[in-house]
Amino acid sequence: MNTLDALRETMRRDRVFDFMLDESFPPVNISHGVLLYVEGLSVSFDGFKALNNLNLYIDDGELRCLIGANGAGKTTLMDVITGKTRPDEGLVYFGQTHNLLNKSEADIAELGIGRKFQKPTVFEELTVFENLELALRMDKGIVANLFFSLRSDQSDLIASVIDTVGLREQISQRAGALSHGQKQWLEIGMLLVSEPRLLLVDEPVAGMTAQETESTAQLLISLAGERTVVVVEHDMAFVRSIAREVTVLHQGSVLAEGSMDDIQNNADVREVYLGEAP
Amino acid sequence: MSAIIELPGSRRPGAWGSMLGSKGGNIFLSILFVGTMFAAIGNLFVPPASVFHVDTYTITLLGKYLSFALLAMAVDVVWGYCGILSLGHGAFFALGGYGMGMYLMRQIGDRGVYGNPDLPDFMVFLNWSELPWFWLGFDQFWFACLMILLVPGVLAFVFGFLAFRSRVAGVYLSIMTQALTYALMLAFFRNEMGFGGNNGLTDFKELLGFDLQADSTRVALLVCTALILGIAYLLSQFILSSKYGRVIEAIRDAESRVRFVGYKTENYKVWLFVYSALLAAMAGALYVPQVGIINPGEFSPLNSIEIVVWVAIGGRGLLYGAILGALLVNFAKTQFTGILPEAWLFALGALFVIVTVFLPKGIVGLLSMKIGRKKNTEVAVSGTVS
Repeated sequence: MNTLDALRETMRRDRVFDFMLDESFPPVNISHGVLLYVEGLSVSFDGFKALNNLNLYIDDGELRCLIGANGAGKTTLMDVITGKTRPDEGLVYFGQTHNLLNKSEADIAELGIGRKFQKPTVFEELTVFENLELALRMDKGIVANLFFSLRSDQSDLIASVIDTVGLREQISQRAGALSHGQKQWLEIGMLLVSEPRLLLVDEPVAGMTAQETESTAQLLISLAGERTVVVVEHDMAFVRSIAREVTVLHQGSVLAEGSMDDIQNNADVREVYLGEAP
Repeated sequence: MSAIIELPGSRRPGAWGSMLGSKGGNIFLSILFVGTMFAAIGNLFVPPASVFHVDTYTITLLGKYLSFALLAMAVDVVWGYCGILSLGHGAFFALGGYGMGMYLMRQIGDRGVYGNPDLPDFMVFLNWSELPWFWLGFDQFWFACLMILLVPGVLAFVFGFLAFRSRVAGVYLSIMTQALTYALMLAFFRNEMGFGGNNGLTDFKELLGFDLQADSTRVALLVCTALILGIAYLLSQFILSSKYGRVIEAIRDAESRVRFVGYKTENYKVWLFVYSALLAAMAGALYVPQVGIINPGEFSPLNSIEIVVWVAIGGRGLLYGAILGALLVNFAKTQFTGILPEAWLFALGALFVIVTVFLPKGIVGLLSMKIGRKKNTEVAVSGTVS
């Protein structure tokens, strides 16, 4: 009887066989409302502690700003989350179940974590369009890409993103020929077409004009809620214009966390940033 | 929303369409086709007295050049498109050549010097009593063809898998590929390996029952080489103009960024490397029956470096650039070594330096620059007129 039940279970017509299930994208479990857990994270380079027992929790749908002086560990933190750097100790979980520390960069990207680098890195020899096409959220396997042709919903997505980032006229230009600010926009566009769950944005407005900075702020604010956004930025005016929740890093750990006003009135922060006596 | 997006299709008209899309590629394929036909007819049907007669020596030479062109294309696929500078592609070429050589050796049968029907001459000479296990099956053409692709393919896969997974890149990878071909050369020089030692395999008689010395066989080999080169060209064009090819180009420019987009770059590189090794192996298999010998000298690191020089001179990053480079340099080599053999290596070295310094995109780059400039001035002129 037992065997028969097992057979019945196997032959159920309302679901595919277990081995056919796509295990690469198990849903991200956010039942506790937290999308990213970083606990007790330490990284050291040749004895220098870039991150020192850092704890950080990012809620789903949040827009969080990370600020801190040079060497505070902001970029190292991003490197750890995206799999570029392996920490000495600590935990990084995406949702309740995905341990990011044992995954490769490509797997982490596939889970839905997109990153914009501090220095804009686009594929210089490809056109703007091809850059975006490459970043599309799709099967990243070899066969799928060998026989890939653009579906209409995908080209619609690219078209709308191209309008969002204002590069319609440059669409078939080589990305290497773009200005610095346009490369920044293109990289943001690549993030958008990849439809990530979590966006890690490293200094998005460096090299942008005041007007472009303004529209970047608008864009990031509009993304929050639907997606989760973590922004690293030096420009305090920019941070003030977008941030609801700010985390200050100092020497590899969290110094303070709270709203922009709280942070500005925080005695520790004032001491570190402005050199004021407590 | 059905926003109509103007696809920048001039460069990428969809993978299948682009197989025949590129203008330079069409010109190349036409020249290849017409040239081969001209040579074949000129050899077989035009009487020797005529100006249009092509002698058999030229036919063999052309066949050799075309197999080198295929080899150069193989290197261009990994180097020009993916930035993997392989200085060991001669190894795959030679392995393919040895596969074909083993088949041809078995076809000699009892017509060897020692007249032994079961063993090739060099084994009789070494007093071996029976055929080593790895020679079994090579009397069958299909088996030899399978091995010609399988052995270099598996070697490339294992090598690539280990190297790319460990993220070895740049000059370190180049040195490893050199070591690979050098190690194989030393191994094949040994008589105990069972591949004829430093004499290699030679004295071939027949291929599939056709006399290798006959004019018609030589012409058929040339046509086969041209055909395979053409097919390989189209296939490479398809692969490299698909989205896979764009990922490959992106890996060349910024590999770590491609990883952060979600592509497993090591898999992409391994399979491209295997594909390239297969092309090189086919080139080797086509080369051997035409020149009539394969020996461990083909594994020498210098040979592999020379291939890279052909590609650099022709223009890397363009398939027909590599082919043009291989044809031109080898033609020059034939002429030069006839007149002034000692100076050839100096000439080759000088050519390489000049091309690297003044023509980073090779001869094809120079040509397209000229054409581009002409077009630009035409546009400017018509602009002022209107």
